[in-house]
This record gives sequence, structure tokens and C-alpha cells, in this order.
Amino acid sequence: MADRTFPIEGTLDLTPPRAREHTWLETVHEWVTTVDHKKLGILYVVYALFFLLVGGAEALAIRVQLARPDNTFLSPEVYNRFFTMHGTTMVFLVGMPMIFGFANYLVPLMIGARDMAFPRLNAFSFWMTAFGGLMLYYSFLGGSGLYGVGNAPDVGWFAYAPLTARAFSPGNATDYWALALIVSGIGTIGTAINIVATTLAMRCRGMTLLRMPLFVWLNLAVSGLTLVTITPLTAAQIMLLIDRYLGGHFFDTQAGGSAVIWIHFFWIFGHPEVYVLVLPAFAIANEVIPVFSRKAIFGYPAMVAASVGIVFISMGVWAHHMFTIGMTSVSNAFFTLSTMLIAIPTGIKIFNWLATMWGGKIRFATPMLFATAFVFQFLIAGLTGIMLSVAPFDWQLHNSYFVIAHFHYVLVGAILFAIFSGLYYWFPKATGRMLNETLGKWNFWLFVIGFHLTFDTMHFVGLLGMPRSIYTYEPDRGWNHLNMIVSIGAFIQGISILIFAANLVWSLYRGKVAGNDPWDAWTLEWAAASPPPVYNFPIDPAVQSRRPLWDLKHPEDPDWKYE
Amino acid sequence: MNREWLRAVWRAGKATVFFLLLPGLAFADGPQSVPSIFAPASTPASDIFSVSLFVLAITGGIFVVVGGLLVYVIIRFRDRGDQDDDREPAQIYGSTQIELAWTVIPILIVVVLFLTTARMIFAIQDAPKPPDALDVTVVGHQFWWEFRYPKLGIVTANELHVPLSSDSQPEPTYLKLLSADVVHSFWVPQLAGKTDLIPNHENITWINPKHPGLYVGQCAQFCGVEHAKMLLRVYVDTPAQFASWVKDQQQPGVQDPDVAAGRRIFETQACMNCHTIRGTAATGRFGPDLTHLMSRSTIASGAAMNTPKNLRQWVEDPDSIKPGSLMPAMQLNDQELDQLTAYLETLK
Repeated sequence: MADRTFPIEGTLDLTPPRAREHTWLETVHEWVTTVDHKKLGILYVVYALFFLLVGGAEALAIRVQLARPDNTFLSPEVYNRFFTMHGTTMVFLVGMPMIFGFANYLVPLMIGARDMAFPRLNAFSFWMTAFGGLMLYYSFLGGSGLYGVGNAPDVGWFAYAPLTARAFSPGNATDYWALALIVSGIGTIGTAINIVATTLAMRCRGMTLLRMPLFVWLNLAVSGLTLVTITPLTAAQIMLLIDRYLGGHFFDTQAGGSAVIWIHFFWIFGHPEVYVLVLPAFAIANEVIPVFSRKAIFGYPAMVAASVGIVFISMGVWAHHMFTIGMTSVSNAFFTLSTMLIAIPTGIKIFNWLATMWGGKIRFATPMLFATAFVFQFLIAGLTGIMLSVAPFDWQLHNSYFVIAHFHYVLVGAILFAIFSGLYYWFPKATGRMLNETLGKWNFWLFVIGFHLTFDTMHFVGLLGMPRSIYTYEPDRGWNHLNMIVSIGAFIQGISILIFAANLVWSLYRGKVAGNDPWDAWTLEWAAASPPPVYNFPIDPAVQSRRPLWDLKHPEDPDWKYE
Repeated sequence: MNREWLRAVWRAGKATVFFLLLPGLAFADGPQSVPSIFAPASTPASDIFSVSLFVLAITGGIFVVVGGLLVYVIIRFRDRGDQDDDREPAQIYGSTQIELAWTVIPILIVVVLFLTTARMIFAIQDAPKPPDALDVTVVGHQFWWEFRYPKLGIVTANELHVPLSSDSQPEPTYLKLLSADVVHSFWVPQLAGKTDLIPNHENITWINPKHPGLYVGQCAQFCGVEHAKMLLRVYVDTPAQFASWVKDQQQPGVQDPDVAAGRRIFETQACMNCHTIRGTAATGRFGPDLTHLMSRSTIASGAAMNTPKNLRQWVEDPDSIKPGSLMPAMQLNDQELDQLTAYLETLK
């Protein structure tokens, strides 16, 4: 595409990059001590990609075990550790750091700021998160204390009480799990506070709230939601540790405690957490889809309202994970209704993306391919979500592979696809080089094929009655061949991820030089150099509309005329 | 091999058809080895099945319309690489009428879906209990099921027997669900949706099976290392079968002098701490009641068939059948194992 750059006057850093070569030690020192939001953003993303490989390897081991009935590739103990660690890793060590990486890198650039509001808190938060992840994985070595061999948490990522009581989970693995989530939760809270403060206080001249890019809006909403949702999880983990070590009886059913209370605590955190992860995916789609359709986002105010609406409704739906625990019929009906209501704002979003693409000139570069697949898969994930919200239907589907398929459609089909879209889209900004398009297309198509083989098939295994969390199954249940297909799809996805990793490394050194604005985009980050200098913009930019670079490129037809 | 694949494809295809197209095809009447939720044989499951068809029809319709629009947009509005034309397309920022329309339509769909669902929730959960319903107490254990029939004085494990219910003589079974340790979940897809067994939290579910036979299911809430081998078998008996089963189960354990040596081992080793055999000194409640062990077709909660060889192996080394089960290996010598197995074999 044409390399048309229209930097905002004076915002471009024209000083040449420092010629001096850094020693290896200086580079490491710089990254470890940095408080620069861009470096921290990259650290978050690299950290998340590393654990994506680890969690993915666990998933592949799980799929080898389940490819055939009565398989003995993994022992029951190891299988239970792997699925627990896979879930915990993907949510807390991949999903959360990834979205915070994007937010860290992009929010200050998009609002024309020089850094986050609290740069040192930012660094502290990252290192807390990183430490939490290391602590979780240290449990493989230290989980059994001094006498044990290998161990790790094996209670499921939902860790239903009283299975986590010391009577049922001796050793220290469960403690590592609880502590790791508390520690990384502290980092998460710090970042959420930081993003809220940054968006509210650091916007450049002319950047009113209703001129913020939707990416920033959604991250503001997510950060507010994070502050509300992480707290009950942390509280529950502390109660669990009190039960385990200080003789508390919160969840100790033998002493009159309540298992149901844990389930409530966990899902009061757990359901909004899904939206904490998926709203940033929407945020990425909100940037990529307009740029590659060459049109402004359709219905900006409705998109903002829908996002804020999702945040509020999402706090009142948690018990749809609990239709089988024996709630009253009125409670079941209430949570059916509240869950269905979520479909309305999410529906608005899908329609608005479609309307944005309608009448556009859609360029299917790799970021747009991933974004389009995101819309398609999120549509299906939403529809299976409606099925699950129907309490009686959920009595059958709950804890079956149908549910596993549904939430992987959300977490992989929607969120991970959007993240890939974002990585292909902003990699040039962060590194100054483009990711390779040919490898990108291989990455995309293999991932789509593998994804659909795995997760479409998984729905049917669930409809045929296969429950989740089982390390093996009976050969006469009719699940054998379907499980084999699921496993084959998983390996195709694995290959695709390796292609992506290769693309990342190759393009970092050999990729096409990007220039400041390779996609002909409209938001402020594309006015900065690629990669941007530490201070982002030499002169504070000023904006007049939602698409400041559009105004510069089209002085005859600027956006601010229509706002 | 080929036929197996064909059958798998047929099943997947059938599920696909139900899932996407919902025709009024005939469903399996009665039990099958594939515990499909689309082959209901009892009232809650068949009610759920009908409401699920309705939901599938609506979501399928939405999928066709919205997915179709997406495909149309991708094809119609893709950039055809026309080099001469590098103008941007017309910029449209929104439209109140259109946005209002696609907010109101989903609201109407939600209202319809919700009312249908709520009706079904109340119909199933608040169904009045008939006075002659059979009561069974189900207690979940790591990793097996205890079934107690309080009115009939029967205790058994892992294989639930319930009477057939017909329209002329409805005899539903009401299950009181309890747990002795952690959270479990009772799920037999062809009979009913699942309900959890939670310690300190009593739950009730019911079934009203219309076809006799064996229905399979398993624990559906992760409960520890052998969660996968906490299998569940429900026999729906005809009235005559059920009456004879009840009569047999109410007898105390068989006393056969030929196997007195085996019985002595059972009563002098730790076996009796955990297991009950009515009519003997063994009254433990930690493991399954063995009074009529031989009336069951499986052992170890469905992990193995109940054959003399398996039984002997199970007593000798439980971990070889179900690694992580809470039954310890008893360290008996070969002669003792033979005698004990011979004794257990008499517990008809």
C-alpha cells in the first residue's frame, strides 16, 4: 500500500536514533528497570506469548491423552495438574498480561500522552504479575514440600471447595495456586488503577471523552470492571488460606462451612473476568475493522454505550455458572434473564462492525483476516452462550464438553484471534518492521482450520454426554472418533502458533521497514515514529475529532465537521 | 474399523442435523450406550429436549441471517485492488433508525426466549411430588455412589434401580442428593439434566423414565483424582423386575459355610472398617455396601466388570484398576486372596 504519512506538525521525532551500541548487560538492565509504558507493554506481551506456548503445550498433552479411550499417556494425577495449570495459565498468565500489554503500549499513545499516569506503579504491577506466574510454575518443583517429587495444583482452575481443603488437597500445591493468584491480582489492580487514571487525567488537548478512540474507551471500561472483579477473588483466596492454615471454617463443610459460598465468590469474579478479557478483544476489532474497511466506525456513541452496558450487566450474571447447584426456580429464572440481556449490547456491537464494513473497501491484510474471523466466531460463541443461558438446557450442557467448546470459542475464537489481529496491526509501530504477510496468511489459515476442527467438533462430543475434567473415557460411548478429530485440530493450531513465533523472530530482524503509518490509519499512535521515542511526542499533540489523522489527510472533508 | 468410522460419522451427522436443522426425526426410544442429550427417555430430559429445539431454532435463525450478512459483506465490499481508484469510500458515522431497529429486535427475541425458559424452569423444578413417588437418597463419595432406599430398607452402590413409569401408572423417582466429602454432580443425560451433590446443601431431582433398560452417566463435577472413573448406571426395571430386585436386596447377606475362611478374612482384616455386609460383623460405611455385591454387574463404580478375576485383582491392588481410588491394597497372600474372592462371589 502507499506509504502516505501525514505526521501532525511537530509530533514526529526527527532526532536520529542513538548510534551507540548497548552491551548485553546494559540492555537487560534497561529492560528490568524501565518505567517506560512502551517497554512495559512489550514485556507484558512477550511474557504472555511465552506462557501461551507453555499453556498450549499443556493443552496438546491433554489432547494426546484424550485422543483415544483408556489412553495412558498421562496418569490421572498428571492429567489433573495439566488441565488445572492450562486453565489458570491461559486466563491469568496469558489473557490478562496480553490485554494489559496492549493497553499499556497503546493507551498513552492514543490519547497523546507521554506515559501512564503512574509509571513506577506500572513497573511494579508488571513485576508482581510476572512474579505471580513464576510462583505458580515453581509449584511443579516445590508443590509437595521437601519430600515430594513433581506436583502442581490439581483442583481445577475453578478450585471448588471443599476439594481445596487440606483433607482433600494435602501438600502445598493449592497454596501456590492461591498465593500466585493473590500476587498477580495485586499487579492487575495496580494496572487497572493506572489505566483509569491515565485515561481520565492524561488526555491531550482537544481529546474529550467522546473523542477518545474506542480502544481507549473499552480499556477504561475494562479497568473499572477489573477493580470490581479481582477483589472478590483475592478475598476468597485469603479465606481459603485462612481455612488451610489458621483453622478457619469458611469453606470447611465438615465444620459447618459452605461450599456454595466459594462457588459464588469464584463466579462473581469469574464471569466478569470473561468480559475483562473479551472487551479488549472488542477494542482491537474497533480499531482494525474501520481502518481496513476504510470507513469510520459505525455508531460510535452506541458502541461506547454498549461497552459500558456490558460492564454493568456482566456484574449481575455470575450464577448462570451455577444453575446445577440447586438454586430456587426464581433465582434460576432471574439469572437466565440477566444473562440473555447481555446479548443485546453484544448484538449491537456485531451489527455495528457489520455496518462499518458495509459499503467499505475492505483490504484483507492479515490483521483484517483475523478480525473478520473474530467477528464470525464471536457470533457463534454468543449464540451458544444464549443456549447456555437457558437454565434447563444448561442442566444438560453444564460441565459438558459443549461448555468447553463454548468458552474456547470466546477465549480462542474471539479473544486470541483479536489478539493476533492486534499483534499484526501494531507490531510495525512497536518494532518499526512489518510482520511477514505470507507467513501471516499461513498462520491465519492453519489456525482457522485447526480451530474449527477442534472446537466445532467439541460441541458435539458434549451433546453426546461427555463431561469435562475427565482424564479418560469409556470406549463404548461414541466419543472416540470425535475426540481424535479434536486432537488433530489441536496440533494444527500448534503448528500455526509455531509459524507465528517464527514470523515474530524473523520479522524483528528482517521484516520490511514499516514507516510511521503503514496501514494508512487515523489514530494518534500512527503520528509518532515507529518505534516511538521514549517521550512519544516531542510536542503535545492537539486533536479536533475522533480521527485526527483523517483530518490531516483529508483537509477538504475533516471529521470534526460532523461531530 | 470402517464400520466404526461410519457409525461415528452418522452420529456426528445426526447431532449436526439436530444442532443446525432440527427436523422432526425419530429419536432413540430407550437406552443406548451413547448418552446423548438428544435421545431423552424420561420426563425432565424430554422437556429439556423440546425447549432446546426451540432455542436451537431461534439461534440457528440468527446465525443464518447475521452470518449470511457477514459473508455478503466480505464478498461484496472487499477491495478488488483497483489501482485507478484510490478514493476513500463514503464515510457514514451512524444511523439512529437502523441502530434503534437492531436494538429493539434482539430485545423482542430475548423476551420470547425468556418467557419460554421461565415456564420450563418452573414446570420442572416446582413439579408437585406425587404421593407414591419412590424416594432414593444418593450420597456422593470420592469416587463412588451410595444409594439408600429409606422406605424399602435397601442400601446399594453405583448401580441405581428405579421402576418404570408409565402414563397409566406414573411412578417417578425422587432423588435426594447429598455428599460425604466434596462436590459431585449426578448426570444421566437420557434421563435428566445434572444436579450437584454438595456437602451441607441438600438437593432434590427427579426422573420419570418411560423406557426400561440400562442408562449410563457419570459424575459431572471434578471431584478429585478419579473423577473420570466415577461412573453411573441406572437400571429402569419393569414393575415385576423391580419388585423382585427389591425382594432380593432386602435379604441379609448369604451365609455359605463353604467360604467361612474368606468371611473370616473379611471380618479380621480392615475390610470391615469400611464395608457393610448385613448379617455379619462388618458395618463400615466408608466404602460401598457389599451385602449383594454379586447382584451388580460392575465394581469400582463402573471401572471394571464384576468378574472373579477383576474382583481378585481389585482386592489385591486397587490402583491397577483405578489409580488413586481410596481403597487400600490389603497385602494378602495368594491363598487369602482366593478365599476372600470366593467369599465375595457368594454375596448374591
